Amino acid sequence: MTGAEGCFRERAGTALKDTQLRANFRRAMDGLMDKRAEQFSDVNEWERLRGLGESIRRRALARLPDLLEQLERNCTANGISVHWAETVEQANETVLEILQRRGAKRVVKGKSMVSEEMHLNDYLGRHGITALEADLGEYIVQMAGETPSHLIMPAIHKNRGQIARLFKDNIENYDYTEDPVEMTAVARSQLRREFQDADAGLSGVNFAVAETGTLCLVENEGNGRMVTTVPPVHIAVTGIEKVVEKLEDVPPLLSLLTRSATGQPITTYFNMITSPRKEGERDGPEEVHLILLDNGRSRIHADAETRRTLQCIRCGACMNHCPVYTRVGGHAYGGVYPGPIGKILTPQIEGMRVFGDLPEASSLCNACVEVCPVRIPIAQVLVRLRDEAAGHCPRPTVKESGARKSVMEDLVWTGWKWMHRSPAAYRMMTGLLAKAGNLAPSGAPLLRQWTSARTKPRFAGKTLHQMVREKGLADE
Amino acid sequence: MSNARDAILAKLRAGDAAGEGPVSDFSVIYGKSWSREEKIARLESLMVAVNTEFHRTTEADWPALVARLLEKRAIPSLLIGTDNQLIERLQDEEGSPDLTIYDGRYEDRKAEVFEALAALTTTRGAIAETGSLILWPNEAEPRLLSLVPPLHIALLDADRIYDTLWWTLTEENWQDGMPTNVVLISGPSKTADIEQELTFGVHGPKELIVLVIDG
Repeated sequence: MTGAEGCFRERAGTALKDTQLRANFRRAMDGLMDKRAEQFSDVNEWERLRGLGESIRRRALARLPDLLEQLERNCTANGISVHWAETVEQANETVLEILQRRGAKRVVKGKSMVSEEMHLNDYLGRHGITALEADLGEYIVQMAGETPSHLIMPAIHKNRGQIARLFKDNIENYDYTEDPVEMTAVARSQLRREFQDADAGLSGVNFAVAETGTLCLVENEGNGRMVTTVPPVHIAVTGIEKVVEKLEDVPPLLSLLTRSATGQPITTYFNMITSPRKEGERDGPEEVHLILLDNGRSRIHADAETRRTLQCIRCGACMNHCPVYTRVGGHAYGGVYPGPIGKILTPQIEGMRVFGDLPEASSLCNACVEVCPVRIPIAQVLVRLRDEAAGHCPRPTVKESGARKSVMEDLVWTGWKWMHRSPAAYRMMTGLLAKAGNLAPSGAPLLRQWTSARTKPRFAGKTLHQMVREKGLADE
Repeated sequence: MSNARDAILAKLRAGDAAGEGPVSDFSVIYGKSWSREEKIARLESLMVAVNTEFHRTTEADWPALVARLLEKRAIPSLLIGTDNQLIERLQDEEGSPDLTIYDGRYEDRKAEVFEALAALTTTRGAIAETGSLILWPNEAEPRLLSLVPPLHIALLDADRIYDTLWWTLTEENWQDGMPTNVVLISGPSKTADIEQELTFGVHGPKELIVLVIDG
């Protein structure tokens, strides 16, 4: 599946012309960067903490199969049913089976990027089950029939006027207002009824603790607690990489996550779920299910270099600091995960044929690498994926590797290499370009893409070698 | 889906080996510590910064304070769990609110839970580093008490404020027996999903009042 029309270049072009969109992102990203910087003003603490975070994630990935088995054992002992899914289709079918067995018709959802990856709402809709997003940002995005444009702030591409008009068109008797406080109150009263009437709640997972069989959820609104407490069934969906080994691994990751994401020392709620409602307890779901989704992750895991992609804790700091993301917004990336992490994750999950151009949407400026709280070498993986896309990887492992191989480009580079190895060829070629290079029209192949947004560079009348010789220096 | 399970595990085991993975150095976390007074002050300043109302009171005075806080808001009744000691303390207080006891299954008490304007719970402790309350809901104090009513009043013993979450769960050996649900609460429910404008009370309580019992 793609969900994306055209290529990144086209979508980015359209986004760049949308001044409203650019203003919305600029304002939001500036705010997020400032708040994060305040949290990590102690550079020594930041470097030590991210070193700890990195070690925890790499240790979890190194022991991943064992930890997944341990997680399954402990969850099962706690009364949580564990399901495995290799593909999105299997995961969707599992959710549907659980819901149909209970005769469920209405599902309320907490924020879950994995459920976006599954296109779960559409799937359930086709089977007569309504899935309603309860996170305010997701609620807005669902109302607009769109997808999230940011990992943490799904509706960040919209301003208050756009949201107010959406509410007016979709909520009965909406007393028109553009005040965020009043709009939030309207969403609260709409969703309160939904929580009570829902047959099941669905959430994602931030960390799954193998040692205790505990599912951790990080949130500010309380919708995550609602969907995991009020309905009689709770289904949690997660990628297999979200597991951590020990309970003590959680606090440093939690600290890195909330401080990096929104500049908060902690979110309003940190919810740790270890079992369904026990005998005698008054509330909580009677059934808790955990669905472990692979969807290409085991393939990413197989290679030591691409494996580091899976260290991600989904804080979104990479996109908040990305000069490309800030200008084009999340939708230009076409996949579920936008920004720098999306550039390395989406092509590996979905394949190089459709998303092989994403790793090119970077100047390798390294801003994302500098802020990543678990030290994912994003730039290094981007270069690896470019090699994979072009079919130049000595040991290709990525899905649809070589999908963007270009005979023309390969020829040019072969020629370039040959020219720079032979002094005679080099002199001949530079001499020729100095004399006749300016005759090439700006629409010539290879020049065209450069000149589409820039003036054509002019060749000097003399080569550097010629000028040096005229100055009387030895040309070696 | 045991086929999916076996296939996933086999693929994970067939990849590049990574050994045991790196060793983690937790010293950056356990290096953090504050004195008793500092912990109370830090907790207060962090919680107040996210719109929490914070009061320091005593074992003798807290029921009267609860009554005053509710009266100020014209809230006539309070939803509470089944802890008899708490119930008696509140009932003995002059001008105390009517108590609604959450003593049955949620399914039978849905209306009362969702219509309540205020609820009171105890806490297991708090975390100074992040300004968080620790709740382990149980039969006597169900999960929805601290989530559904628009006002949540939480009692905190001043001697149970920890430095960090890491210290709390290591010292208390949480890994040996996690309850059904643990929740850390750091302020009233909030969102910034509309133009990043901070708004309180989206799905959970609109107001959180912490009563620190010190002496």
